[in-house]
Amino acid sequence: MINVALPKGRLGDKAYAVLERAGYPCPAMKEDNRKLTFENPEIGVRYFLVRPSDVAVYVERGAADIGIAGKDILLEYRPDVYELLDLRMGKCRMCVAGPKDFRDDRSSTLRVATKFPNIARTYYSACSREIELIHLNGSIELAPLVGLSDVIVDIVETGKTLIENGLAPLEEIVPISARLIANKSSYKFKADALRTLRANVEGVLNS
Amino acid sequence: MSRLKADERISIRLRELYQRYGYLPYRVSRFEEYDLYMRNKSFLTSEHVLAFSDMDGKLMALKPDITLSVVKNTKAGGGPVKVSYAETVYRVPRGELGFKEIMQAGLEMIGEVDVYAMGEVLMLAARSLAEISPRYALDIADLRLPAGILAQEALTDAQKAQLMALISDKNLHGLRALCAELAIADKTAAQLETLVTEFGPLGETLPVFEAMNLPQACRDALCDLRALLGMMELYGVGGINLDFSVVNDMNYYNGLIFAGFIDGIPSGVLSGGRYDYLLSRMGKKGQAIGFAVYLDQIDRLLGEKAECDVDVLITYGADTPTDAVITAARKQTAAGRSVRVQRAGKADIRYRERIDLGGEENRV
Repeated sequence: MINVALPKGRLGDKAYAVLERAGYPCPAMKEDNRKLTFENPEIGVRYFLVRPSDVAVYVERGAADIGIAGKDILLEYRPDVYELLDLRMGKCRMCVAGPKDFRDDRSSTLRVATKFPNIARTYYSACSREIELIHLNGSIELAPLVGLSDVIVDIVETGKTLIENGLAPLEEIVPISARLIANKSSYKFKADALRTLRANVEGVLNS
Repeated sequence: MSRLKADERISIRLRELYQRYGYLPYRVSRFEEYDLYMRNKSFLTSEHVLAFSDMDGKLMALKPDITLSVVKNTKAGGGPVKVSYAETVYRVPRGELGFKEIMQAGLEMIGEVDVYAMGEVLMLAARSLAEISPRYALDIADLRLPAGILAQEALTDAQKAQLMALISDKNLHGLRALCAELAIADKTAAQLETLVTEFGPLGETLPVFEAMNLPQACRDALCDLRALLGMMELYGVGGINLDFSVVNDMNYYNGLIFAGFIDGIPSGVLSGGRYDYLLSRMGKKGQAIGFAVYLDQIDRLLGEKAECDVDVLITYGADTPTDAVITAARKQTAAGRSVRVQRAGKADIRYRERIDLGGEENRV
């Protein structure tokens, strides 16, 4: 049995569609109910839906053999997992954003609000820039508008929210997309099944 | 019924195994000078160290690692050192938020590390895993292969570390992108990709690398791996895979490197390899190899949870003669069963059999 952790929401739906085409369907997934696990015993696959930021935890700790996680989560939490494929979906950019006319005054500490403190710290440390990190859990765009921070480090998809609030992406830190990840131990003991799954998914992506 | 916990039971078996091959027991004190760990921070699996001030104001640490203590106390110029240990270490396991006391067993060999020495240590690593479960995998690699391939290009240490991290993550798409960004020659890039794509049983995977046109340093490593394969066959040891995702910090390790996994345990339970560079960084001459087995996760293995706390519960009342209680208890222990003897009444433990020797409460 292959256990797959999928992120709840749009990305999870897209990822499931790829896995379904790759030969891992599970009709129960399409039923409208509140179930949390879905199994197709004939093919030997079990899916479960979890918060996108928790997928890597399920995989790293072996509750799932494989999972679909955003590169942002992998960079932020650095789980000890294999990163097998770039699924080229859920594409966006990790950016520094701030007021359109923002100019960085290097004579003072830069205040940075973010949901991704490790990514922000690594980025600014590589730029030798002293920063004050402000860890927020949501509505990051509000921080520079009300003077909580100078800039933000956040995911930018279309940039629409930024523009509507008079903000703009200032620098791109790294492009983000969904990745197929695997538990290291599972990849030894379910080697054939997981290598086949990787190859099948890659085949669908390239078709 | 064995009342030892799984980690205690296995640590005893591992100590016996290592001593059978002449790895003398080695005890280190629970505390070590904090400075030792700060100077070799990246050798540790976690950078966090529990520190405290000693009576004389000296900063001390609860040891997070044994290897550094062994190396520190090794005298130069003596014969080969072969030591083994089973000790408690204190560190923050990956992905966790607090310190844990972890039982760790392992061995170190310091001296001239030839093919025989490598083979013996590798065999003991595989047998250590087999003591935990027959469903094990020992992934091995030789750092001279990636190092030899990377030496063909003019790369900085930081770029090499980035490429090694991608190999370790089996991240083929990331490796391809970085090779393109760094303008690495197609031939070198293809060789690096093979380090990600080819893994599996040593006997089947080794010929793939032997057939490649690799630099001399890599070919030396392949010769050693071939010799090790032969030795493992002689020892009758299986379950060994060639897998370059075990590559580790090249500042400390060189040559053979390995990691062990058990089916049912989500992360590696054994890690080891050649660490000549650690020796030279600590101002010692010579070569060294060793490994550690982390026993903190083995309780997770299925079947480790006991169905019962004791085999037999014996209860007695206020008027039960003491010698009758002792006779009943001795009868059970003599038969190899564990007993819990207590006054009649409620028992909050699980038992297979109950013997009541009187008491009002039993009659209710």
